[in-house]
Amino acid sequence: MTLLVVDGLAKRFGGLQAVKDLSFTVGEGAVVGLIGPNGAGKTTVFGLISGFIAPDAGEVRFRDRSIVGARPHQICALGLARTFQIVRPFPRLTVLRNVMVGALARHPRRADAEAHAQAVLAEVGLATKAAQPAGGLTLADRKRLELARALATEPALLLLDEVMAGLNAIETERIVELVRAINARGIAVLLIEHVMRAVMSLSQRIVVINYGERIAEGSPQTVANDPRVIEAYLGEAYAGAPPG
Amino acid sequence: MKALGAAVVAVAVLVVLPAFPAVLSSYAVSILTLIFFYGFLGQAWNLVGGYAGQLSAGHAAFVGVGAYTAAVLFERFGITPWLGMFVGGALAAALGGVIGYLGFRFGLRGFYFVLLTVAFAEVCRIVASNTDAVGGALGFYITFTGNPRHFQFQDPRAHYYIALALMLVATGVAWLVERHRFGIYLGAIREDETAAEALGVDIFRYKLYAMVLSSFLTGIGGTFYAFYLLSLQPGSVFGIPLSVEIIIRPIVGGAGTLLGPILGSFILTPLGEVSRAWFGQGGYHGAHLIVYGALLIGVVLFLPQGAYPYLARLFRRAQ
Repeated sequence: MTLLVVDGLAKRFGGLQAVKDLSFTVGEGAVVGLIGPNGAGKTTVFGLISGFIAPDAGEVRFRDRSIVGARPHQICALGLARTFQIVRPFPRLTVLRNVMVGALARHPRRADAEAHAQAVLAEVGLATKAAQPAGGLTLADRKRLELARALATEPALLLLDEVMAGLNAIETERIVELVRAINARGIAVLLIEHVMRAVMSLSQRIVVINYGERIAEGSPQTVANDPRVIEAYLGEAYAGAPPG
Repeated sequence: MKALGAAVVAVAVLVVLPAFPAVLSSYAVSILTLIFFYGFLGQAWNLVGGYAGQLSAGHAAFVGVGAYTAAVLFERFGITPWLGMFVGGALAAALGGVIGYLGFRFGLRGFYFVLLTVAFAEVCRIVASNTDAVGGALGFYITFTGNPRHFQFQDPRAHYYIALALMLVATGVAWLVERHRFGIYLGAIREDETAAEALGVDIFRYKLYAMVLSSFLTGIGGTFYAFYLLSLQPGSVFGIPLSVEIIIRPIVGGAGTLLGPILGSFILTPLGEVSRAWFGQGGYHGAHLIVYGALLIGVVLFLPQGAYPYLARLFRRAQ
């Protein structure tokens, strides 16, 4: 079964066509990468899917029902959770409280939510920092917290918006392992990422967009060798050049 | 240690505070009555202004609606204020619901919400000033009967106990809110509405609940206000100065904390009363507001979270 179907999605901001006739799907338990140069419209796509931005045209179906026009909290309740590229911790709440907010979506009783949040913190490796205020975390830990909170809502599909940006190689590798472990539990992942090695190793399929339009789609291998993708990233001059 | 601290507070509340009127002067008792009453109003405000971070600067509107409702029901229809209190609370909650609906449905944040709440309170003031049925600008007066069934007492100490009970009830409500999903969601909304929404929080609904609960309690306080003073002036019950009095205590004490509004009231109420009397004698009416202003600047500069979190940290360090 296809978990997420994006069909003919379009969004214009004033004179800027941020997303144009975009279609792709995410299968149950799949990992799909969404890549493209800066300003290609990737984060807008996340906003459109998660209900923060209303599309001008097109359809988003999640688990066979349309979620266009649904409020973000309703979409979260259906099992689609997102993270933010610019992390948005609740700075004065403890790390545990931050994750509990997500956990309460499935466990309305405080004690249950707390137990679930503790388990998620252990999974992402933040258990020792549970009692700290989230405002004092390092960037790497904030990215983990962002992931942990979304994970605590027990989604079937997780939208990750650049959870590796700004991290060093070791931290990135840890997050890659974490995403892999999350996916191994059957949670599908749609991933925006600039760290190419990470996207290439994680994704089964990659959708490339530029100027809001899909310019390529396929396995990491196919996409990496697609002249249109190389052109979008490096400019026309490199598109025909032999690799290396 | 935490349990011990809680036990000390509980003993103080249950034994010491009720015993005060027996030993203190009537002036001290009247100051304490005001401390409790403003602590109560601050705690009611704290639910929406502190925990949920929605700065209502028009809470006087709810005091006024509650006060006028109970007073008019009593004077015109002979309905006991013990009942009128809840009618007033319900009407205040309805008004809070309207303000909240408008503000939250259209996503007014920060200063825009402040302006909306102030505007509603001002409209209430102007309506009351121009409605002859409730005494217009001259105000509304309650006949003194001294009958406890009429929420009136020969012994002023009765007000002390009622104000104390109000403060304890509001604090109990805040405590319950804090311990449940509702309170955790309010904290998330205060910190970052967008992130809260992404995590499944229906921010509109929870902000509205907080506003309705807060305005209900504040409206109940209106009955106390009316039958403590026995006269209502639109400018004082609906006015901006009362809204400021309500807000400033929880902010100084620590907005969004359980004991902040009470601590704030213990700091500011005596200071306000003493400086009002002091400057008033010298002919400088209103000069006590300068004291408030100076204190507020100090708090914003040095204790932006309020006094309670600061004291709690000191206390922990001392251990």
